[in-house]
Order: sequence, then C-alpha cells, then structure tokens
Amino acid sequence: MSEKIKFTIDGKEIEAEKGQLLVEVAAENGIYIPVLCHWKGVHPAGSCRICTVKINGRFMASCTTPVDANMVVESNTPEIQDLRKAIIEMLFVEGNHFCPSCEKSGDCDLQGLGYRYQMMVPRFPYAFERRELEASTPKIFLEKNRCIFCKRCVRMIKDEEGRSYFAFKGRGKHLEINLDTKLAEHMSEENARLAMKICPVGAILRKEVGFETPIGKRKYDHVPIGSEIENLQN
Amino acid sequence: MEDKIISIIGSYDKDPERLMDILLSIQHEFGCVSEIAVSVIARELGLSEVDVVQTRSFYHFFTVEPVGKYAVYFNNSVVSMMMGMQDVMNEFEQLTGIRIGEKTNDGLVSLHTTACIGMSDQEPAALINNVVFTRLNPDKAKKIFEDMKAGIPVEDMIGDTGDGNNAHPLVRAMVSNNIQKAGPVTLGDYYEGISLKKALQMNPKNIIDEVKASNLRGRGGAGFPTGLKMLFCSLNEGDKYVICNADEGEPGTFKDRVLLTERLPMIFEGMTISAKGIGAKEGILYLRYEYKYLRAYAESVLEELRSKNMLGKNILGTGFDFDIRIQSGAGAYVCGEESALIESSEGKRGEPRNRPPFPVQSGYKHKPTVINNVETFCSIVKIIEVGGLWYSKLGTADSAGTKLLSISGDIPKPGVYEIEWGMTVNEMLEMVEATDVQAVQMSGPSGLCINPTQFDRKIAMEDLACGGSVIVIGKQRDILKDVVLNFMEFFEDESCGSCVTCRSFNMILAKQMKKVVEGHATRNDLKNMKEWSKIIASTSRCGLGQTSSNPITSTLANFPELYEARTVDVAYQSDFDMDKAIQEACEVVGRPARVPHHN
Ligand SMILES: Cc1cc2nc3c(=O)[nH]c(=O)nc-3n(C[C@H](O)[C@H](O)[C@H](O)COP(=O)(O)O)c2cc1C
Ligand code: SF4
Ligand code: SF4
Repeated sequence: MSEKIKFTIDGKEIEAEKGQLLVEVAAENGIYIPVLCHWKGVHPAGSCRICTVKINGRFMASCTTPVDANMVVESNTPEIQDLRKAIIEMLFVEGNHFCPSCEKSGDCDLQGLGYRYQMMVPRFPYAFERRELEASTPKIFLEKNRCIFCKRCVRMIKDEEGRSYFAFKGRGKHLEINLDTKLAEHMSEENARLAMKICPVGAILRKEVGFETPIGKRKYDHVPIGSEIENLQN
Repeated sequence: MEDKIISIIGSYDKDPERLMDILLSIQHEFGCVSEIAVSVIARELGLSEVDVVQTRSFYHFFTVEPVGKYAVYFNNSVVSMMMGMQDVMNEFEQLTGIRIGEKTNDGLVSLHTTACIGMSDQEPAALINNVVFTRLNPDKAKKIFEDMKAGIPVEDMIGDTGDGNNAHPLVRAMVSNNIQKAGPVTLGDYYEGISLKKALQMNPKNIIDEVKASNLRGRGGAGFPTGLKMLFCSLNEGDKYVICNADEGEPGTFKDRVLLTERLPMIFEGMTISAKGIGAKEGILYLRYEYKYLRAYAESVLEELRSKNMLGKNILGTGFDFDIRIQSGAGAYVCGEESALIESSEGKRGEPRNRPPFPVQSGYKHKPTVINNVETFCSIVKIIEVGGLWYSKLGTADSAGTKLLSISGDIPKPGVYEIEWGMTVNEMLEMVEATDVQAVQMSGPSGLCINPTQFDRKIAMEDLACGGSVIVIGKQRDILKDVVLNFMEFFEDESCGSCVTCRSFNMILAKQMKKVVEGHATRNDLKNMKEWSKIIASTSRCGLGQTSSNPITSTLANFPELYEARTVDVAYQSDFDMDKAIQEACEVVGRPARVPHHN
C-alpha cells in the first residue's frame, strides 16, 4: 500500500506516501495551504476552493487531490495568491460579516485569512443577502448570515443514530444552511461544543457561554493564521 | 394522508437511496411535499428532516405548497423567449389574474417558469402537469384556460398528437420529432437485436476492443473515448453498473428526446452490450423530469424486451443477466453532470462529486460505473453491427462518426440533423437554410457564441466541439439581452451552490450583465467581468462552474462592439437608476419622471 513517491511544491522536493491528500502532505512539510472546508480525517468537501493550487499547469483543489510521483505543484505564486484573496473577498461580499460584533472574532478562519491576505476592501459588489438567525434550539445559535457553506457541520455533527443535525437547503444563489430544530432540541453538550469549534466562522455559536476566551487571547490575535503549520519546520 | 405516504415509502422498501422516487410519488399524489410529509419520510427512513429537505429543496419540481390543479411551467430559456414566450406568459397572467410564481385563489392554476424543457424546435413550449404543450401563442393560451375552467383533464387538451411514437398510446404527445436529416448511425436503419446477439457471442474484451477501434467519443459533451471508459471500468472487480444519461438539460438541445422517442430499444440494446463488455448486471436510465411523458412508454419497452428475453435473467440463453430501471429526475440541470446524476440516483441532492475517484472507479453505490449519453449508447449498437473500422472512417481523424445536432433558433426548419463530424458552420447553415445570421451559439450556454468570421470552422471535437445544441441567432436579436443575460440567469439558478466561486460569481456575473444590458456599465466593468470569469473557470469543481462564464467571455471576444455600444467610458457609474426608482411615485403625483442630473 504505502508506496513512497517524490514531487515538488514551489520547487521544494517532498517525499510522501502515494495517495495522501496534497493539502495534508503540504502541512506535514511545513507548507501552509489555506483551507476553510477541509478537516483532517473527514471526507473532503472540496467546496471552499481556497486551497486551489496549480498541478502540472492545471488548477486543482489540494484537499481532494491525492499526491502522485513527479507532480509539480505551484502554491505560493502571485497568481494563486491573488486567486485565494479573491475567494476570501468573495466570501465577505456573499455573506454578511460584521466582525466587531461577532463572538468568533479572533478565532475566525475567514477573518484570519482576510488579514493574512491583506484584504483591504473587496473588489466585488456586496450581495446584501438577507438571511435568518436560527435561535430556537437550547444549545446553539445558527447565524446564517455568516455561513460560508464549508459543510463541516453537515459532515461531522451527527446524533447517536447517525442522523445529521445540519444540511443544505436549496441550490445556487438560494443555498442555505439548515438546522434540524427537532433533533437539536436534544443536542448534547459535546456536539454543541464540537459544532462551534469546527465552524470556521461565527455561524454556529453556543448559547449560555460567551467569550470563553477573551479578545486578545484568541488564536489569531497575535500570530497569523497558518503560522502553526509554518513554524513546524523552519 | 400519512397512511398513503407510508405505503409509498413501503413500495420502495423503505430505502433512503430511493428518496427521489418517494418524493416524486408524493409530489404527484398531493401536489406538494409538505412539511408533514417530510417528517413522515424522515421518521420512516431514519433520516433527519433536514436531510429530506436537502433533497426536496434541490429540485425545482418539488414544492412545499400545493401547486395548482393545473400547474403551468413555462420554458423561459433562450429559444422559447426568442419565439415569443413572453406574450404567452403575459396572456396567462392576464387570464388568471395572477403573476408567475403564484396560484389562483381557487387553486385551479399555478404559474411557474422552468429552464429549457428540450423543445427548442417547437417553442414556445410549456409543461402543464407533465404534459408538454408546444408552439403556444396567446390564442392557444385562451383556449387552454377555457379548458381548465371547464375542468378538462390536461391529457385531453392537446388535440393532435405528433408523428412517430409521439402518437403511441402510452405517449400521446403533441410533440413532433422534426427529424430533418437522418444519417447512417443513430437515425439510420435499426434492426433490433442483431448487435445484441453478436455481442453476446463475443468475448467481453473483444466488445471493448471493437468500441475502441471505432474511436467513438462520448456524445454528452466532454468527448471522452468510450472504449477507454469501458476498459477502465472493466478492470475493476466486483459489482458494476451502466447508466444512460438522459438528463439532456443543456439549453437548446433536444436530440436525446428524439432518440428516446424513436430509438428506445436501441438505447437499451446499447446499454446491454456495454454491460456485457464491462460485466455489469444492473443499469439505470436517468430520465429528466421534463421527459416524464415518455416514462410509461419506456417502461413498456423494457417489459417487451424482458418478454423477448433480451433483458433480465439468462439473456437469450447465454447465461448473461442484466436489467434496467428508470430513474426520473426532478428538475436540476446540474444532474446531467455524471457524478451529480449518480448522487441524485442515490436519493441525494445533485451535487457533483470531487474527482478522483472517477465513476469508472467509484460510481453508483460507490461501485465502478460506466455512464454515457443516450446517443453514445445508440452509436455502440451500430458499431457492433457494422464494425468499429467502418465507424472510424466516418467523420474526421479526431472525431469519428456522426453527430446528432439539435438545431433551433432563427431558421425555417428547426429539428435534428445527423451529420458527419467535420462539417463547417457555413455548410451547416446552408443545410438548415439559414439567412441573415448574426451569431451561432454552439453547444449551448456552456459552449461558445461565434460570429460570422468564424463560420468556416469545423464542427468537430478538435475545433468547435458540440454536445448537441446549436442555436442560430438572427440579425434582429439583441444578443446581450436575449442570449447572454438569459444564460447567466440560468447558471445562477442552476449552480448546485457547493463551490464558493460558482455560487457567487454566477450571481455577480448575472448582475454585471444586467448592468451592461441596462446601459449602466463602464469599460472597467467589462474588464472586471473578464477577470472574474477567469477565476470562476479555474477554481470550480465541475464543468458547470468551469464553463458558465463562456457566454460572457465568448461574446466579449467575438462581439466587442455590442458591449462598446452599451457601456459608458467613465471611471464610475452607479448601477442605481434614480429616474427608474422614482418613476412610479412621479406617476402617482403626476410629475414628469425626470430628475436633472449630471453625467
Ligand atoms: C453541468 C453539466 C451538465 C451535463 N449535462 C449532460 C446531459 O444532460 N447529458 C449528457 O449526456 N451529459 C451531460 N454532461 C456530461 C456528463 O457529465 C458526462 O460527461 C457524460 O454523460 C458522459 O457520457 P459520454 O461520454 O457518452 O458523453 C453534463 C456535464 C456537466 C458538467
Ligand atoms: S454553519 Fe459553519 S460549519 Fe456549517 S457550513 Fe456554515 S460555515 Fe460551515
Ligand atoms: S462548479 Fe458549480 S455546479 Fe459544479 S460543483 Fe461547483 S458549485 Fe456545484
């Protein structure tokens, strides 16, 4: 099974097991490729597209691409950096993100990427979509204005019988994240905690606990997003 | 109601993978899939309610509220609008006193729009309770509305049936085939069973080799070599499946409709030959919702083939087992994408899968699956009958064989034409007797819009690829408004919404296009549209997002003057129109609707 192969990312030679996901191999080697939907060990969604790289000249998502011998991967090039920045800007205009009033500020991956990619003002027109807040269940709020459709909650948060608490509703421009309010009536403390943790933005928030970690002591308050990977190896 | 729902669910063995069929039956029975129905389904199938809603809300023929006793779905795609659909819709709105998207108070009629229903050769067309109405006009609308008020069953409103199998008692459709030119392959002579008998005597490897020798490439658009696909699939172990893609959703195409009407036994024969080649025991015909009027007939053809032992167990005594089921869609263009189609066949939202793995490795039920277009399966039958070498000599070196084109738009004889690959656009236009052509939209919205200087190009995979849709656009048309804007609005509705870029950019590009059409765009907007098109094309997961900006990029390249004429050369221009915003208020107070402003 474990066939060792060699390939390069931005010219750096890397050895890995054939078939491992590119985004994970990169991280293990201290190369940060940003992700918003990927979660190690969970079936990849390939939906946020922020991990797009160029492989042998073709654009591919690195969270869904298994590594193979002699791949030539470009990641940290001006072209791809701008593409990623565009996607971040896109997410900011698509949803309604008012960071100063968001409980996730400082722990939010989208905000973190906004800083890392030095987004000043989005180049795209705002959509000003009106979306709802689902606050009727005991353990969590679902602030749909902030959802970026990463599908982490859909893929990961299940009840004892394997049923999903979260699912998509609609398609295209009418896509929405939907919470099963009946199931969520009995959501466990662990599930609520996990849901908030895996949500890359402030769309899933726990009720009754707020600002557990004070502003100023949060993940990206002092170091940029991605530094945990980049500091792995220098 | 609950009992009925439970019995429907029971008839599909309480199998969550048959959720599509369950929802279709419930929609058919009750005119909607209500929240109550959702909770019964969820309980019976052991799913959460949001999971059921996830599938229901993806397909636009499922509704939460009951549709009218007569549910009218107007086709609002390009060709239908070109042929006068707006007048028909206006007439219906007038007659019923409601707007599109509404239902009359007495519940008699509801009005809706839908994307291309595969009738571009006989527009304007609409579906009323799954019955197709073609060549509509305001007078016919009046008549139909009279019939509705009289409570006449919709099947009895159609008048004369069309030609060929459209008149079959199980079809009874007013649809015409419009076969304008038959060629030697798909619309040529067909002798039922000859190829199948031959294939059953062949070694599976030889079947694949014969298809490989023909150089046949998939007819669904992407043009992947069919023999190779079969080979890759056959190399895998275990259960395998064969799926026929009859979703035909690309606006402007209708050639599969004609094959499904006149060549169903040939399609099933092709699937069976393919199954023998790769070693599959089960197959699926994924039939788009819009072609539901062909379903009963298709079921009867399957029955007939079973009774002739050409399908089922021990086919023609050779020990080979294979059977086919029909899966109906429920209204979603993206389900034509092969992996979305598979998800849909498994009862889920039609979201394309990430690749790898490809369907030949992991397809339906995560088993190796060959999925091909309707026309591809028909071609396989002819290849086995006459020979791969013969087939490979038709067409061009890179595109062997013949291609069925669905040609519509501003031409005297719209319909299907079986041509050899390699015909130039000029020759094609001459064949259809087109005059005063401004542009040709090749291969639908995801293809290209070309101008007359490009009419010497060849229709072939290596030059102008074509999945089937050819729309001829006359000089009188406003390409940006009638074609490009319509296509962009189509994509913004039909994106599955999973990729950030496809979901958002289609929305933004549609908005930008509207700005252009309304004359508010600047040169800078055009530059942006070009740039943004590149982003969506390079970062989207499936073919939809990868090609949905083509209407804009191809017209920006081939018809720059149309954009020039509509844009203003200033640094900034608001897309907010003050005159328009206050127009209604001005009318009310009787003031001229003009405010002085500077440009
Ligand atoms: C958005 C989208 C829609 C598609 N729609 C269809 C369709 O309606 N019919 C079809 O045969 N192929 C369609 N395709 C192509 C299929 O994904 C697939 O390539 C094809 O069914 C393979 O069959 P073939 O090799 O015989 O062409 C579509 C692809 C995309 C990306
Ligand atoms: S709610 Fe959060 S975790 Fe769920 S899809 Fe939206 S952004 Fe992702
Ligand atoms: S490109 Fe568009 S249609 Fe295709 S998977 Fe992505 S969002 Fe869905």
